[in-house]
Amino acid sequence: MFKGKFIDNLPKIYGTYTGGFLVFIILMAIAEQAGMSAKLIGIFFVAFTVLIYALIGYLSRTMQTDAYYVAGRQVPTVFNGMATAADWMSGASFVAMAGGIYFKGYGYMALLVGWTGGYVLVASLLAPYLRKFGCYTVPDFIGTRYGGNLARLSAVIVLTVASFTYVTAQINATGTIASVALDIPFNIAVYVGLASILMCSMLGGMRAVTWTQVAQYIVLIIAYLLPVFWISNKMGAGVFPHLMLADEVARIAELEAQFGLGEIKNSAADLKQVPKGLAGITKAHSEVNTTPWKFISLAICMMAGTASLPHVMMRYFTTPSVKAARRSVGWSLFFIFLLYSSAPMLATLSKLSLMDPNLATGIIGKSITEVQAIDWYQNWNQANLMFVSDFNGNGTLELNEFFMGGKAVVLATPEIAGLPYVISGLVAAGGMAAAMSTADGLVLAISNALSHDIYYKMINPKAETAKRLIVARVLLVLIGFAGATIAALEIQGILGSVIWAFDFAMSGLFFPLVLGVWWKRANAQGAVAGMLLGLISGTAYLIAVRNGYPGFWGVTQLTFGIIGSLVSLVAMVVVSLMTKAPDAATQRMVDDVRVPSGKTILGKQH
Amino acid sequence: MSFWVMFRLLTYREGKKMSKQQQHWEKTRMLLFVTLAIWFVFSIGIFFFGAEMEASSIRPLGYPLSYYMTCQGSLGIFVILIFWFANRQEKIDEEFGYTEREDD
Repeated sequence: MFKGKFIDNLPKIYGTYTGGFLVFIILMAIAEQAGMSAKLIGIFFVAFTVLIYALIGYLSRTMQTDAYYVAGRQVPTVFNGMATAADWMSGASFVAMAGGIYFKGYGYMALLVGWTGGYVLVASLLAPYLRKFGCYTVPDFIGTRYGGNLARLSAVIVLTVASFTYVTAQINATGTIASVALDIPFNIAVYVGLASILMCSMLGGMRAVTWTQVAQYIVLIIAYLLPVFWISNKMGAGVFPHLMLADEVARIAELEAQFGLGEIKNSAADLKQVPKGLAGITKAHSEVNTTPWKFISLAICMMAGTASLPHVMMRYFTTPSVKAARRSVGWSLFFIFLLYSSAPMLATLSKLSLMDPNLATGIIGKSITEVQAIDWYQNWNQANLMFVSDFNGNGTLELNEFFMGGKAVVLATPEIAGLPYVISGLVAAGGMAAAMSTADGLVLAISNALSHDIYYKMINPKAETAKRLIVARVLLVLIGFAGATIAALEIQGILGSVIWAFDFAMSGLFFPLVLGVWWKRANAQGAVAGMLLGLISGTAYLIAVRNGYPGFWGVTQLTFGIIGSLVSLVAMVVVSLMTKAPDAATQRMVDDVRVPSGKTILGKQH
Repeated sequence: MSFWVMFRLLTYREGKKMSKQQQHWEKTRMLLFVTLAIWFVFSIGIFFFGAEMEASSIRPLGYPLSYYMTCQGSLGIFVILIFWFANRQEKIDEEFGYTEREDD
């Protein structure tokens, strides 16, 4: 069926895979009609997809360094775009984003703008140049461009802090989904999630992660778009929701006024009854509800963070050429756009389904006992994601008496809108794919930096290939376990730690990376000062704000990267100018990086 | 940042004695400034005017302008901008003979 090389057959292979997955969905739908239980459908969906990823991981096993670190640099543009989109869109994008938009409206959408706008910086400032450099990891670039182990080590430190903050959140998300879908306790489910993540990456490194991420993207985008289109059509809101929901957005504003949003407030005593983590609708759906600076500062942090996060940057090391790296950024953003532009639509449909008394699904204005008797309400109430209480004692459910968890917007809306359970199973598989693909990229970014930059480049430069790759795998497992152990403690919410990761990365790496290409005069001393002082000042500001310091310039614990990166920029420029200019060889190296043609700076195998 | 962009635009001159590589870099830099200027407008600039956008009578597809830009507008412009940038950069590379061999 597939003659010739694997790479040449990619469209056929993934076409068949997508077709197979759709057939699987249809089979599940038939099984549901035939009476298969909801629980079993959920188990089938998650187990089947995870097994496929593991199989791809096994088939991509390798013992070559360039295959392990950069997938042999032969990933075609469009496929690398899909892999990057899966790498990028985490549990937070898939499960939490629509919920954030649902509850916080315009102010939250700064994340949408930031998480997409950052790719313009990636494409224009960094990705093509780092591809030309030919490095295996981001610290590899810093270490070679600036020279010296101190610069390399500092980059590894920043990378580890940022990526580790991020990865615990993702393992947490895989654990949450696995525990719900497979019906096992969370602290066991976390390790089930970890095992699936490691199966995808351990044998084949970047090569295996690339091909599983493409497969994961296909699952997650189908799982996200299918319910959005289905609900919109079922509700009669429009065949193509993205272009046709203006009336629904206006209708929500009308209902908000009718139900007295913002006028009727809950007392503190009433709110105490509400389970932790659940929230009511307190902000208008489409109104501008935040100050320009709050919106912009959050967007800036997410954009600069995007351009500094190593697990994203290293995806562009895998393309066949500089030109392909540049185009691949465009494709990545296109594939991300498909999901991100759908999130606000899902939030709109979800809110209207619940609010509009003209719809059969609407619950506001119904009697409390009636709502409490609904099947889906009971299910999600049991899962601690929904709650109603008759605060004013009038027997009717008011807008301020309904509470929901952020995750429920994505996970529960299909059920609320009356879609068959097979869709809920599909959504669970999609969430698992999103969280797993990001966790894989992150765990690999950390372990590659430790094995390549610390072990091979600094500790044992004479190590043979086989030994290097064994060290890389041992580190991968160790980091995975460390992440899972911390995730099992459940210290922090998913979204909060993801945003912190961006701020950490931006504080330490943004300017050292950008100036490494765009400012020839930047030297090692400057870069080290920039990375370390940036990271330290950002972290110090975060700790201070968390301990009650009011902060300045309106910079909050979500935007501390602004302080960190400013310190980083000033430190880097001042220290660079105070110390000696880089030698002629380094200057020539920068010149070479700026030209796409010719050999990479670092050799194919290094 | 934007002041620097303005400064570069005003002081930019086609160098006569520049080497091929320097000229290539000058053009690449110009393209970067244009790209970043467009990026700045749609990622930061317009959001200084959130309230004005909301009140605006321009309503793409019927959505309030502020809502539309955060959901689709800016996001879509970024996608197009990157492809446009990639095309322009390829043209510049071609002009100076820096295009990579396809089989590389």
